[in-house]
Amino acid sequence: MTADRIFRGLFVLYLLAFVAYLFAPLLIMGVAAFNTSRFPTVIPWQGTTLDWFSAMWADAAMWKALWTSAIVAVLVVIVALPVGTAAALVLTTLHSRARSFAYAVMVSPLLTPGVVIGISTLILWRQVGVGGGIALIVVAQTTFIICYVMLMVMARLQRFDRTQEEAALGLGASRLMVFRRVLLPFLRPALLASGGLAVLQSVENYNTTLFVRGFETPLTVFIATKVRTGLTPAVNALALVIIAATVIGAVAYEVARRRQVTRQPRS
Amino acid sequence: MRDLYARFGGGLATIFLTLVLVWLAAMVLAPNLMMIDYALRPNLPPLQQGEPQDVRSLDNFLYLANEGVHRAIFLKTIWASALVAALTLVVCYPIAFWMAQRATPAQLSIALMLVIIPFFINEVLRTLAWFILLAYRGPLNAVLQGIGLIDAPIRWQGNGGVLAGMVYAYILFMLLPIYNAIESLDKSQLEAARDLGAGTVRTHRRVVIPHAKAGIATGCVFTFMLAAGSYVAPALLGSPGSRWFTEIIYNWFFEGGDWNRGAAYALTLLVLCLAVVLVTLRVFRVNLTDVAK
Repeated sequence: MTADRIFRGLFVLYLLAFVAYLFAPLLIMGVAAFNTSRFPTVIPWQGTTLDWFSAMWADAAMWKALWTSAIVAVLVVIVALPVGTAAALVLTTLHSRARSFAYAVMVSPLLTPGVVIGISTLILWRQVGVGGGIALIVVAQTTFIICYVMLMVMARLQRFDRTQEEAALGLGASRLMVFRRVLLPFLRPALLASGGLAVLQSVENYNTTLFVRGFETPLTVFIATKVRTGLTPAVNALALVIIAATVIGAVAYEVARRRQVTRQPRS
Repeated sequence: MRDLYARFGGGLATIFLTLVLVWLAAMVLAPNLMMIDYALRPNLPPLQQGEPQDVRSLDNFLYLANEGVHRAIFLKTIWASALVAALTLVVCYPIAFWMAQRATPAQLSIALMLVIIPFFINEVLRTLAWFILLAYRGPLNAVLQGIGLIDAPIRWQGNGGVLAGMVYAYILFMLLPIYNAIESLDKSQLEAARDLGAGTVRTHRRVVIPHAKAGIATGCVFTFMLAAGSYVAPALLGSPGSRWFTEIIYNWFFEGGDWNRGAAYALTLLVLCLAVVLVTLRVFRVNLTDVAK
């Protein structure tokens, strides 16, 4: 029994170490944004300041990068949502043996390393004279973000009762109307969720974007370049703001989802 | 196909099919085919393209096989990625088991939240966090010196830093599949093993791990693939002595100016990753449908 207790104690220690491993780096990065020191660190503490936040706020290059990322994210959502939904509908409607093959082809971008997606997109479009830039970033990112949308919509479709469509048809609705008034409203939660995921994936992407960016500098590239060419705690301030925004967004989404679930209980 | 038209009518079905086909043809298939073509051709100035010397060959691949430094980096990337997968597995397994079998519902929901939050955060930012933590005059060295474990600061940047940053970056991809797999294990099997006299190690080796095999394989495959294709961690946490294969590829494109060789290198990476994925899935009899969840 004592061996058991020692084992359990060791495990609790491990659990704590694991949590520390998860959060210590993020915590240090966040706290360093308030240190006066020119290089972001927490030891030694040279004095508390908010100057790095105003430095970040005043950085025109940062705003430009943010703007680039925002435009890309919006375009990615506009392309990925319809195509991903169409892919999910085509795939779930297919009955033949072609289905598992089609599925393998459609999820293949998820199994392709991000750098390879960027490279192959860059090479293809050079043939028609299109170089790296916002358009290519959007094309390269949507290539795999469509897969995420497709998978999320498919998961929702599995719980869809097709008799609803038949009932609407029987009541005289056109096929277009059935799609718009029955299927789309049913898919709404999945579309909202995958839209959010698409934005997140787009903004945080680095590996693919790096190769197709041309002379554009999206946010992730901006940060990575700063790290190599002159890191100041202003980057930490930016990181802290991004982290806060992401966590608040995720929590808000989760709260909204739970409220939705309790409002209309559905298995 | 016919079902699609029957369900949505001609107009909608055509729109859906067109969207999907454009995606698959222009964004998935064509880029890869063009990359293969590029990889097989020599790097020639525009005027000589299409001339007699512009013939397809395996030269670009042979270059990789014969150039010692690049070959070494390629092989190192493979085994280092496998090491990342193995380390991540070791780190995650106990946590996954605890979450799936031992934690109370309240503990479980807190644990899930704690592991998911860091992964909502940008990979570049997570790597930046490690960059700061591991800096030469950074907090880790200061703490270790403070408690007297080391006399002089250690230069973490390099292989160690890359490894630490990658394991950190891919924890969730390992943890969730294993957690899902162990969760479906009936508790009575653990009790039975215990009643029959099996100790902790033996229970895991004979009961839990065989049951969680598919989840473990999925986690390892994804971690390996992400590690092999990673660029951020080696670029920010590495040193000139710890170059990653993706960095070599990047240099061909943006510094060496030889896209054809770069394409051959990228294709090699792609084939390697797909081979590892497919072989592992076949060996562990995991379906592709289960992986992409």
